[in-house]
Amino acid sequence: MSKVNWPLWEVFVRGKAGLSHKHVGSVHAADAEMAIANARDLYTRRSEGVSLWVVPASAIVASDPADKDSLFEPADDKVYRHPTFYDIPDDVGHM
Amino acid sequence: MTAAHTEDLFRYALRLGDDSLILGQRLGEWCARSPEMELDIALMNTSLDLFGRARTFLTYAGEVEGKGRDEDALAFLRDVGGFSNALLVEQPNGDYACTIARQFLFDAFDVAFMAALTRSSDATLAAVAAKAVKESTYHLRFSRDWLVRLGDGTAESHDRMQAGLEEMWPFLHELFEMDAAEQRLVAAGVAVDREALRAGVEARIDEALTEATLTRPVDGWQPVGGRRGDHSEHLGFLLAEMQWMQRAYPGSQW
Repeated sequence: MSKVNWPLWEVFVRGKAGLSHKHVGSVHAADAEMAIANARDLYTRRSEGVSLWVVPASAIVASDPADKDSLFEPADDKVYRHPTFYDIPDDVGHM
Repeated sequence: MTAAHTEDLFRYALRLGDDSLILGQRLGEWCARSPEMELDIALMNTSLDLFGRARTFLTYAGEVEGKGRDEDALAFLRDVGGFSNALLVEQPNGDYACTIARQFLFDAFDVAFMAALTRSSDATLAAVAAKAVKESTYHLRFSRDWLVRLGDGTAESHDRMQAGLEEMWPFLHELFEMDAAEQRLVAAGVAVDREALRAGVEARIDEALTEATLTRPVDGWQPVGGRRGDHSEHLGFLLAEMQWMQRAYPGSQW
């Protein structure tokens, strides 16, 4: 018997109010409503969250792993992009 | 508490525990066999909610009875005739639509029942109900959603959903049955008047059936007897699987 899988949905959970939604994994579901239900049962059964997002996996646009060097490596030697690179003048106080 | 009241309360906690236990066990039979992995998790979550509830009810029943029986003794060492669950929950799973039909009818009743039980004058029963009503609200959302999906789905899913509904429908009525013991407990403010829930529950069911394009089965055969231990032949097989380990290795623990 051939088996057609339901579409894949990516699941994002907000751990608690004020935090951002974090990607936690994926579920199969026939539509958005079922995806929320399945995500609830799969990813929040141990009190992991207070809010769920589901997004069709087909709607995710990903960077090409082959572009890794050109996209990400140039950032590796730019220490001045990190706030820790700079000395904060004393009269600035807490930033 | 008079001896008669104690006996009534014991039987009440026992039957609530038995409903949860047997339905939880039935759902557990789907483990690793569900149509989809996601549904496997969903059905097991519901099953575990029901087991959690069963543990509390049976533990309480044992305390009320005062003969030293704990939840395990009540769950694993009673025979078929000692179980007081409704006949609905012991019905075999059938196909997925059949399981959904059983679950939907139970959930539609259970949400109303647990909401009413939160107002019980018995603090333990009210506390269990307060937790259960949230669980049951989700259970109903799940089973109702699938009832509508299958009913309003393909020709085959519609036919299977209708067949499952016809199979389970006769057993709905026992959920509203009141016996003398429950009537005494209602008068004492402890128990829920099941009969009073009927109109609301049936309205909830009818509304879902309409949305699911399903036909409400004709009320005919309305078997009862589960509450006094008269069960269908299915329960014995269920208990054999559920109880064999405690019977074979008494007192064994994980």
